[in-house]
Amino acid sequence: MNWRTTITALVFVPCLVAGAAAAEVAPNDVAFGDDGVSVSLTGVQGDVEAGAAAFKDRGLGNCLACHANKDMSKDLFHGNVGPSLDGVAERYDEAMLREIVINAKQVFTSETVMPGFYSLDVGKDVVKAREGQTILSAQQVEDVVAYLGTLK
Amino acid sequence: MLLAGMVGSRADPVDDTLVIDGQEMISRAKAPEGHPFDEVLSGWLFREGETRALEVDSFENPGMLAVEEGEAIWNTVEGTAGKSCASCHDDASVSMKGIAANYPKWDADSKKPINIELQINKCRTENMGAEAYEFDKGGQRELTAFIKNQSLGVPVQLDLTQGDLQSWWEKGKDVYYTRTGQLNLSCASCHEASMGKYIRADHLSQGQVNGFPTYRLNSGLTSLHNRFRGCIRDTRAEFPKAFSDELMALETYVTWRGTGLSVETPSVRQ
Ligand code: HEC
Ligand code: HEC
Ligand code: HEC
Repeated sequence: MNWRTTITALVFVPCLVAGAAAAEVAPNDVAFGDDGVSVSLTGVQGDVEAGAAAFKDRGLGNCLACHANKDMSKDLFHGNVGPSLDGVAERYDEAMLREIVINAKQVFTSETVMPGFYSLDVGKDVVKAREGQTILSAQQVEDVVAYLGTLK
Repeated sequence: MLLAGMVGSRADPVDDTLVIDGQEMISRAKAPEGHPFDEVLSGWLFREGETRALEVDSFENPGMLAVEEGEAIWNTVEGTAGKSCASCHDDASVSMKGIAANYPKWDADSKKPINIELQINKCRTENMGAEAYEFDKGGQRELTAFIKNQSLGVPVQLDLTQGDLQSWWEKGKDVYYTRTGQLNLSCASCHEASMGKYIRADHLSQGQVNGFPTYRLNSGLTSLHNRFRGCIRDTRAEFPKAFSDELMALETYVTWRGTGLSVETPSVRQ
């Protein structure tokens, strides 16, 4: 980190966190309805580009590990553990997409292989460093959902 | 490499026969009763052509270097009793032939399952006056590979009626189906429900253990418990200690899941 990013981080990050915390829905408070999760987790419109980045990032969504996606055909190695996400926005509306990303087990069965990205209902012996944490942050979920909305 | 176009179907394991130095391996076998699959399949069938080719010829197989190192250890005197493995067991190609295909066995002394690594340690401490090897250290992987290589081609078959082995099998089955980590996946999520599919560039096999220690092109000779721990770690979970009760139970159960497959040690995988 150079001095510029350090200062940026010091100055801006605390207010972003404070600002987001006020509106954010905690993982255990997510309201799953029959039509999905209709309320945004943050109240902040998801960012498509940030969503695409989180989708690809192996440390975040790592969605390509299991899903093919023609929109990212420049990236190598699309898995097929799950279905292709081409045209997924035609199959599900925003609320359903949000529910799938938050906790796929709510939508499919408890047997699904897809992880819950904003859920504390996880497996046993979670590594210490990630205890009590979700895979994606609330805003990252919103960003990924916004990105999925472009896959028509 | 799998690109978007191919997606949707499972990529089948290859229809090929593994022949090592002219000896045909059993890489497909009818599954034992109570098994979730009809057929058990060697991980060899799921690898790319170049990787598969490295296993068919001992001179090409990079894992054979480790087997030779293991042979040297077999003949090396160590410990206060002034003995080598060969002092008691002579020619391993005779005394160890087929032995490893039936491990884990029941160990009446510890009242637990014992695998080859632990049997080596038992002989080192009780028969040689030498120290037990630490996990993956000192020659443990090489000597294990050498002993298992003496069973090349012999089908895996456990005798679960020994001692309490059946209850360890049950416990191992629990471990196999328990979801771990932040990603909330079990062994079955990847090696049963998703068998034959691609996770990133990796073609998911049944996760069979008949080729261990295996030679991995990225990381060299790899022990079974190291592989187990790696797969558990990938679910973002803390992993159990090597040779812990949990992993010995898992080894017992997963070995049974490969009943009938030839011992392939040292197999070559990516
Ligand atoms: C470890 C595997 C895995 C990962 C990682 C994964 N998924 Fe999935 N996903 C699946 C599976 C399997 C299904 C099919 C659901 C089922 O039948 O259980 C699925 C289904 C879906 C669906 C519904 C698709 C349809 O057409 O029905 C969407 C949308 C989706 N995933 C989005 C994502 C996103 C976004 C990410 C990353 C943030 C992601 N998935 C990560 C395995 C995965
Ligand atoms: C002083 C004699 C002696 C030495 C030295 C010795 N062993 Fe053994 N080994 C035995 C005896 C006796 C048994 C059978 C009883 C038992 O399981 O402890 C045995 C059993 C074994 C078995 C199990 C065979 C089976 O049928 O399941 C293996 C494998 C083995 N030894 C490997 C080794 C290796 C490797 C070394 C060297 C690191 C070694 N032994 C050194 C005496 C010895
Ligand atoms: C997130 C997915 C995933 C999970 C969960 C997982 N594995 Fe794996 N495993 C893999 C991949 C990928 C490979 C390498 C490709 C292959 O051989 O299937 C592999 C390879 C293996 C191998 C080596 C197979 C060979 O032929 O050399 C064994 C053994 C194995 N896994 C056992 C297990 C066991 C036991 C568990 C549960 C404790 C487990 N795996 C959980 C993904 C997984």
